[in-house]
Amino acid sequence: MRSRQFISRSHRRNHFFENFSQWDRLLNFSVGALSILGTLLVWAATKSWFANQGLDPQYYLKRHVINLAIGIALAYGTTLIDYRLLRAYTPIVWGLAVLGLVAVLIPHIGSTINGARAWIALPGGFNIQPAELAKIGIIVGISMILAEKRDSDANPNDLDVLKALAIAAIPIVLILIQPDLGTVVIISAAVVAIIATSGAPTRWVVGLLLVAVVGGLVAVKAGVVSDYQVKRLQSFVDPTADPQMSGYQLRQSRITIGSGGIIGKGLFSGPQTNGRFVPEQQTDFIFTVAGEELGFLGCGFILLCFGLFFARAFTIAKRTNDLFGRLVCVGVIAWFAFQTFENIGMTMGLVPMTGVPLPFMSYGGSSMFANMIAVGLLQNVHLRAR
Amino acid sequence: MSLRSRLNIVIVQALVISLMVALLGRLFYLQVASGLKYQNAALSIQSRDVVTPAVRGAITDSSGIPLVMDRPGMVISVDRSVLDKLPDSGKSVISKVALLVGLKPDDVFISTRLCGELPIGQRAGCWKGTRFQPIPITRTATQAQALKVLENSDRYPGIDAKPVPVRSYPSLAGENGSHVLGYVGSVTELDLANPDKHYYRDELIGKSGLEYEYDKYLRGTAGIKTVIVDRKEAVTQQAQNTAPKSGFNLVTNLDARLQAATEKALATSVRRSKSMGYHADGGAAIVMDVKTGKVLALASYPTYDPNIWQTGLTQAQAKDLFSDSAGVPALIRPIQGMYAPASTFKSISVVAAAAAGYNLNASYDCPASVQIGNRVFNNFEVKSLGRVSLQKAIAVSCDTIWYQIAYDQWVKDGGLRPKSGLHDYFFTAAKGFGIGKSTGIDLPGEASGRLPDRGWKQRYYDQNKNYLCNYSTRAKKSDLTPYLIAIAKENCVDGYMLRAGDAVNFSIGQGDTLITPIQMAQVYSTIANGGTIYKPEIARAIVKPDGTVVKEFKTEVTGTAPLTPEVTAFLHKSLRSVATEGTAAGVFAGFPIHVVGKTGTAQDLGRNKNGSSKDDTSWFASFAPVEAPQYAVVMMVSQGGFGASVSAVGVHDIYAALYGVSGSTIDPKKAIFPDGIPSQLPKIDVKNAKLAKP
Repeated sequence: MRSRQFISRSHRRNHFFENFSQWDRLLNFSVGALSILGTLLVWAATKSWFANQGLDPQYYLKRHVINLAIGIALAYGTTLIDYRLLRAYTPIVWGLAVLGLVAVLIPHIGSTINGARAWIALPGGFNIQPAELAKIGIIVGISMILAEKRDSDANPNDLDVLKALAIAAIPIVLILIQPDLGTVVIISAAVVAIIATSGAPTRWVVGLLLVAVVGGLVAVKAGVVSDYQVKRLQSFVDPTADPQMSGYQLRQSRITIGSGGIIGKGLFSGPQTNGRFVPEQQTDFIFTVAGEELGFLGCGFILLCFGLFFARAFTIAKRTNDLFGRLVCVGVIAWFAFQTFENIGMTMGLVPMTGVPLPFMSYGGSSMFANMIAVGLLQNVHLRAR
Repeated sequence: MSLRSRLNIVIVQALVISLMVALLGRLFYLQVASGLKYQNAALSIQSRDVVTPAVRGAITDSSGIPLVMDRPGMVISVDRSVLDKLPDSGKSVISKVALLVGLKPDDVFISTRLCGELPIGQRAGCWKGTRFQPIPITRTATQAQALKVLENSDRYPGIDAKPVPVRSYPSLAGENGSHVLGYVGSVTELDLANPDKHYYRDELIGKSGLEYEYDKYLRGTAGIKTVIVDRKEAVTQQAQNTAPKSGFNLVTNLDARLQAATEKALATSVRRSKSMGYHADGGAAIVMDVKTGKVLALASYPTYDPNIWQTGLTQAQAKDLFSDSAGVPALIRPIQGMYAPASTFKSISVVAAAAAGYNLNASYDCPASVQIGNRVFNNFEVKSLGRVSLQKAIAVSCDTIWYQIAYDQWVKDGGLRPKSGLHDYFFTAAKGFGIGKSTGIDLPGEASGRLPDRGWKQRYYDQNKNYLCNYSTRAKKSDLTPYLIAIAKENCVDGYMLRAGDAVNFSIGQGDTLITPIQMAQVYSTIANGGTIYKPEIARAIVKPDGTVVKEFKTEVTGTAPLTPEVTAFLHKSLRSVATEGTAAGVFAGFPIHVVGKTGTAQDLGRNKNGSSKDDTSWFASFAPVEAPQYAVVMMVSQGGFGASVSAVGVHDIYAALYGVSGSTIDPKKAIFPDGIPSQLPKIDVKNAKLAKP
């Protein structure tokens, strides 16, 4: 208790910039670059669309900047308290997330966008997505259980793993009901990565991977997966199967990215983007805007930034001596890596269509906040590892 | 950190790296490796071409008189994609707009149906394009009608009106010219799919005649406005704008007044034939320059009003164009009609006889009939004349002389057992004049006629062997007489052989020989000029609107006929006597122009639709004047009766117009070409063109 107080007090005394200067700079650079590019792309995706309709062309830009500012504040806030103290709040975060996930399933509270009942509409045109909050709750929660009461090389036992799985299972099942398969895959990846890194028996890791594969197959066969998900899968295999809806989106998305060529059409000057041939281009399909307007060079730079982000996150994970911190880092890495892969892979026709946003770049408050809190967690582990 | 933990973190790291590498690889494939493909795909998604058709070039006669030209018109078109969504599929809108522009609702209904939507047999006048292009119902709407449509778009949903150039036929000399000029029509899917042509959907293109043949010059370049659209097809940007470029004018060798006179003479001849009781279901007349092959007039009967393509084709008009009862007006008889040449072919037989060594100045027997094998071949136009000169035999069209010569030559070639080193003088002469080969006239769809030589007989036999050999199973019981069975057996066993009857029939232009009127004109031009075979040419030059000459069509020699000066002189002399003392003497008595020609009255063994036997084909093939041949004039009236009384009279009328003859005097001022056939290109001013003389 005493040391806990000391740490928090000493950091409260720190000036903001003093704190900031101790953050991992390369991690900050990658997140900063992605956020700035994302802001420009959200603007590019919506500017001429809104202008043509006689609306404020900066509408989305303004809201995105506000989201980003809140996100940065949340990230900063997350670094203020030692992450080990954050454990105390984990049950609250987890509990709020589960409550939110239950709430979206209740008619009149949850709203359905793109086939998934994943949103709670708030006054003022804001929507929040409890699943984003659940990502943090689950990652911190199971990391806590698997790292608890252990200071030596003792590995978690079967009971610990079972407890962790139980904590993850409740929100996962709720998200499955929405259904938001993309987020389920991301969370599952994070859970498996954390369990694997925790030193838990290998049979759990192998077993979980098997369950994921078999479960996925059974789900599709048994019709648990909803029509629109099957359609999305079909249109991935054969983009002409449902040419008006998801097949159209996938085809347009691929053409838009491909048409950018090596150097792109220039920011704000993509005809595909300005003609809004790709639906949802400011959110889930933001990468198509990058593809068309910034070309291979711009997109390559974006992938490079993500690469740098992961490299730094791994460095932080490896450097810390605290298992809890490391597990949180690995969880965040797996989350972002799968989400990035799912999102960009979807826009390029590499993986089936799922409705997940691109971290740091897509427009959307909930995901921006969750992403920034995650960055805050990484920096927090980094700060406390010294 | 435990070893397992450390190991697993490396595995996770490797996994993340591989995910990122997969993304980078895919990105490279999309943007670098297949970037071009996707750029083109994107372009076709974003851009729309708005086509403004160019003003189509005019087709003029050799003195610059427009035969067809563009004038401003107003198209009213139907958008099927809108109409089909209306509760009654747009039927009431179609009725309303049809009444507005003065067409029958039923006609407009049919003309806006895709051909596939109509039952087979009722597709005349159907739309050959797609549902998604505007379907024009008339191009000659008035301003007022167009305004009514545009201002009341709620009452006329899916109907559009816009100014377009339309084809117009000034007919300054009263000429029709529909067959030689052809017509234009909307681009079809088939045309669009043609990789050699670069058409746009809204364009009009030549479909037949000169409009088709010289389409690439006449059409001009459509103006293209490329606009960039968004997903909702709203225009966001104009990318490119090229103005339409007018098409080039086509100057032809035709003469408007001569064309009108030729058409009139042909129509009059057909009427005369009908009044004599013949079917007279069609005809053709051609005037050609024997020294160059220039086609000065080309008429086909029956004809039709070329304006129907612009005003909106009624169902009845569409059906009539191809109906037998109306005489299939769409058929271009001068180049597509094939008929037995009959006695006109004897000029070629003279060449064959001379080659075989017969003395052209000797006398030969002209009996009433000749027996060859067990068949008797009769003289057609004359009875027995006793011994006559070959020249007289030509003049009065004796057949039996030719039967004997042809039979003798057939025997000399081995008869039914052909020798090696065949002479086949008759076939060789015919081939030398280009019989069985198309002339190459600059009109689409020319037929080649038929030269029934040994090779043709063999091919025909090979193709029809099965039919020839199952006579006993297909014939009616009453036809199963021993004689007919014997003939059938003969046909089955050696139907490929050239028999005596075939050779004999060939010598007088009967049997299986078929020839088009343009081939006939070419043969007589060749005889007139002493043996040079010219390609019949209608086009004279392609000229830009500003007068610059793009291309001049030069005289083209396609061969040399086997004519010696002696044979040529004999032909001129003997064919001249046709008009002075022979079959056409009555027609040309006192005519101041010394016409040289040959009548032909060809038997047609076919039957009409109603079962009546077909009447004879009436021919007159000629050139004039005998002193220095300049023009070849040919007329043919199918089922027209005698060559002399029908076609020769028609040809007489054409010469009269050509030289300005009235009665027995020539008025050079009334001649079509007082200064000869124009060799200079005219100045073209289609809007202010006037006929030189009444």
